[in-house]
Amino acid sequence: MSDINTAQAPIPAATQRRHFVRSVLTNPTGLVASLALLVVVASAIFAPLLAPNDPSAVQIFKVNAVAGDGYLLGGDGSGRDIWSRLVHGGRNTFLGALITVVIAASIGVTAGLFAGFYGRKLDLVARWISDGIMALPALIVLLAFYQALGASIYLSMAVFGVMLSPGFFRLTRNLVNGVKHELYIDAARVSGLSDLRIITRHILLSVRAPVVIQTSIVAGIAIVVQSGLEFLGLGDPSTPTWGGMLQDAFSNIYVSPQAILWPGLAITATVASLVLLANAIRDRMQQGGVQVRAPKVLPLAASEPLPQAAPDVLLDVRDLVVAYPANDGWREVVKGVNLSLRRGEVLGLVGESGSGKSQTAFAILGLLSPGGRVLSGSILFDGIDLGKSSQHEVRALRGKRIAYVPQEPMANLDPAFRIGFQLVEPMMTVLGISRAEATRRALRLLARVKLPDPERVFRAYPHEISGGMAQRVLIAGAVACSPDLLIADEPTTALDVTVQAEVLDLLRDLQKEFDMAVMLVTHNFGVVADSCDRVAVMKDGRVVETNTVTELFAAPAHDYTRMLLDSVLEDGQTRTYRPPMTEEMRA
Amino acid sequence: MNDQILVDCRDVNVHFGAHHVLRHVNLTIRPGETVGLVGESGSGKTTLGRAILGIGPVSSGEIVFDGENIAGVPPRARKSQAAIQAVFQDPYSSLNPSMTIEDILTEPIIARRLASRADASRQVRKLLDQVALPSDAAERFAREFSGGQRQRIAIARALALSPRLIVCDEPVSALDLSTQSRVMDLFIEIQERTGVAYLFVSHDLAAVRHISHRVAVMRFGEIVEFGECDQVTARPAHDYTKRLLLAAPVADPARQAERRAAFRALEMTA
Repeated sequence: MSDINTAQAPIPAATQRRHFVRSVLTNPTGLVASLALLVVVASAIFAPLLAPNDPSAVQIFKVNAVAGDGYLLGGDGSGRDIWSRLVHGGRNTFLGALITVVIAASIGVTAGLFAGFYGRKLDLVARWISDGIMALPALIVLLAFYQALGASIYLSMAVFGVMLSPGFFRLTRNLVNGVKHELYIDAARVSGLSDLRIITRHILLSVRAPVVIQTSIVAGIAIVVQSGLEFLGLGDPSTPTWGGMLQDAFSNIYVSPQAILWPGLAITATVASLVLLANAIRDRMQQGGVQVRAPKVLPLAASEPLPQAAPDVLLDVRDLVVAYPANDGWREVVKGVNLSLRRGEVLGLVGESGSGKSQTAFAILGLLSPGGRVLSGSILFDGIDLGKSSQHEVRALRGKRIAYVPQEPMANLDPAFRIGFQLVEPMMTVLGISRAEATRRALRLLARVKLPDPERVFRAYPHEISGGMAQRVLIAGAVACSPDLLIADEPTTALDVTVQAEVLDLLRDLQKEFDMAVMLVTHNFGVVADSCDRVAVMKDGRVVETNTVTELFAAPAHDYTRMLLDSVLEDGQTRTYRPPMTEEMRA
Repeated sequence: MNDQILVDCRDVNVHFGAHHVLRHVNLTIRPGETVGLVGESGSGKTTLGRAILGIGPVSSGEIVFDGENIAGVPPRARKSQAAIQAVFQDPYSSLNPSMTIEDILTEPIIARRLASRADASRQVRKLLDQVALPSDAAERFAREFSGGQRQRIAIARALALSPRLIVCDEPVSALDLSTQSRVMDLFIEIQERTGVAYLFVSHDLAAVRHISHRVAVMRFGEIVEFGECDQVTARPAHDYTKRLLLAAPVADPARQAERRAAFRALEMTA
C-alpha cells in the first residue's frame, strides 16, 4: 500500500467509520439480521402500544383459543393473549441479555486489558481466576444461586454474566498481547502518556471490533439460557417471558400445538440474527473493505509467430503484461516489459517499490500471487514459451533449469524440518537420485557455499542458524541442479551489510562456476554496480532504460534513472557542528 | 564545556537475562548535534536508543540529561518529561491505524494539558507544514499515506512537544531511495531550524555520514569507535569500521570493484 498518492481527494474521517457500518449493511446477511433485530427490539420497547391486551389478563373462554377474535395469535393455556405476552416477554428477555452482556463485557474486557498490558503477576492471577470460573458448571451454579437468592431472573442473569466474563477476558487479553508491542504504543509512552490513557485510547481502539462480535454472540447465548431457565419454571411467574410461554405451550402441546411456534420463533429469530450479525461484521473485517469480483478472464492474445531470438539468448521477455483483479477490471502491475538475458549474463532489474520488478520476476517463475495473471506478451525461455506452457511443464523447469533465491531467507525455510531434509527432498524429486547420493551432494553444496560446519547445518533446524547462513542454504538449494537461470529477488536486502558483501561474492563465484544467467532484482544501485553486467531500470510497470552497467552509471539516459542515481547518498562533505545559539532557537 | 553536553551516557550496561547486550557504553550528544550510531543487527544500537528514551531497561550506569539521571526512568517519571522523542523504523506500525492524523498529532499535547483541544488542532496545521504535508492530511487515517508520508507524520508527532533530542531508530531504512534522501533532508532542515539534537541509529553508513556530526560504531554491545563524522566514515581507525565501510557497495562499477578487492583483502587478514 506504499504507493497511495497524496494527490487523491481527501477522505473525511467520519465517512470512514460510516463506511464500515454501511458495508456491513450492504452485506445481505448483515442487512437482514440487523432489520430482524431492529424489529424485535422495537416491538419489545413499544410493547404497551403494540399489545392490544394486558398480557396477564385472563379470559377463561379463550383458553388455548385459535387466532382471531381480538387474540391475534390465539390464547395460551390460561386464556391470555399470546401476541401481547410475546411482545411484553421480549422486554424481560432483552433486559436479561443486556445485564449478562454488560456484566460479562465490563469484567472481562477490563481484566483482559490490564492483564494483557501489564502481564506478569497480574496476568497470572487473572488467568487463574478466569480458568477457575470456566471450570464451574454454569447451569448448576445458576440453579444454586436461584435457590439461595430468590426468584429474580435478573439476578440469575447477572451471575451468568460473571460466568461468561472469561470469554471476554481471554479474547481481550490475547488481542492486547498482539498490539502492545506495536511501535505506536512505544511512541505513546515516549510522549509521556499515562498507562491508563494508552490502554483506553490506543489499546481499546484496536480490540473493539472483535469484542463487538463476541458481545453479539454472548447476547444470543444469554437469551437461550434465560429462556431455558424460565422454561424450567425459574423466574417470576407473574411476568410474561418467552421461556415461560414455551413452558405453557409445551404443557398444552396436544391441545394447542401451534402455540409453541410463537415463542420458539421469537427466540430462534433473535438468536440467529445476533449470530449472523456477528458473522457479517467478522466477514467485513477479514475482507479489509475490498470487495473484488474476479474480472472476466481474457484469453491470451493470439500467438503471433515469434521472431527467433538470437542463439545465445536464454530468456526473452516480450511485451509482458501482468495484472491483478481490481474493482473495475484488471489492474496492471507490469505494463509491457521487454527484457532479454544471454547465457551466463547477470542482469540487474532495479526499481523502487511498486515498480513491478518483483512481479516481472514472479511471472517468469510462474509464481504470481493468487489472482495474478499474465494478460499478454511472451516469456521465451530457451525456445519454450512459459506463458503458454502448462503448469506442469513450468513446474518441471522450475527448480531444475530455473532456480530462485528469495528475499526473506527465514520465511522460505520450513521451521518444522531440518535443513538437510529440505535440501535432500527436492534433489531426490528433481534429479531422481537416491537419498544417499542427495545427502552427499547436499553436504558438498553446503561446504561450497562456505558454511563453516556443513554437517552441523545439515542437521540444524532453521531457527538454529542466522539469516546470512539461511540465505547460503537457499543458494545451495538453488544451484543444486545446476540451473541455467537463477532469479534472485532482493537476495541481500534482509541481511547485514558485511553479510551482504559475502553473499554477493558467493553469488558471483557460483555464477562463474556454473555459468548461470542471473536475474538480480534489487532496489540497491550499489548491488547492481557490484554484481551485474547489464541493468534494466523499471518504473510504474515499464522498463525505462536498459544498458550495460558501465554505461548506465557513466551516462544515465532517462530522467528517472538520473533522479534515482542522484538520490544515492554519496561521500560528500560532512556536516560541521555549530551549537544552537539561544533558547529561542528551539521552536 | 560540560554545559555543552545534552546527553551523557556513562558506563551504561544492559543485560537481557544472561546476555550482556550493552557493555560499558559511553556516549555524549551535544545540543543541536547529530550523533550517528552505526552497527549491524544485534549490535545493541536499538537497545541504547530505547534506554535513552526510557522504554528499555538499564542494568547499570548513568544517562544524564539536563543534570538528571534518566537511566531506567520511564518517560512520565522524568523531570524533563517530553524532551526526548522518537521516530521509529517501521512507518506502518508506528502510527495507530484507528486514529486520524490529527488525533495522533494532538494526543500528546492534549493528554499533557499543554493546550486546549482547539489550540492543539490549530498547531496541527503548523506541524504538518513543517514536514511538508498538506493540511487536509489531518482528517485522514495513516493507512491512506505512503511510507515516506507516514514517516513525515511520525516526525511531526515527535516535533509536537518541542523536544531537545529525537532518537531516530533506522528512520529511513524502510523507505525507497528517492524518498529516503528527501526525508533525510527534512531531518537536516528541521535540525537547523529548531536546534534539536538527533541520535541517528542506522545500519547504513552512507546515510549516517550524510546527516551526522559525530559517529559511533557499535559491535556486540560495545562502542568500538566514536569520533568526528568525516574521520570515522572516511578514515576509520578500527578494523571493524573499515569492514563496515568497504562492505557497503557504491553505485560506481569501477570504484566498487576496487572496494570489493579491498574488502576481500581485509577478510583474508582478519
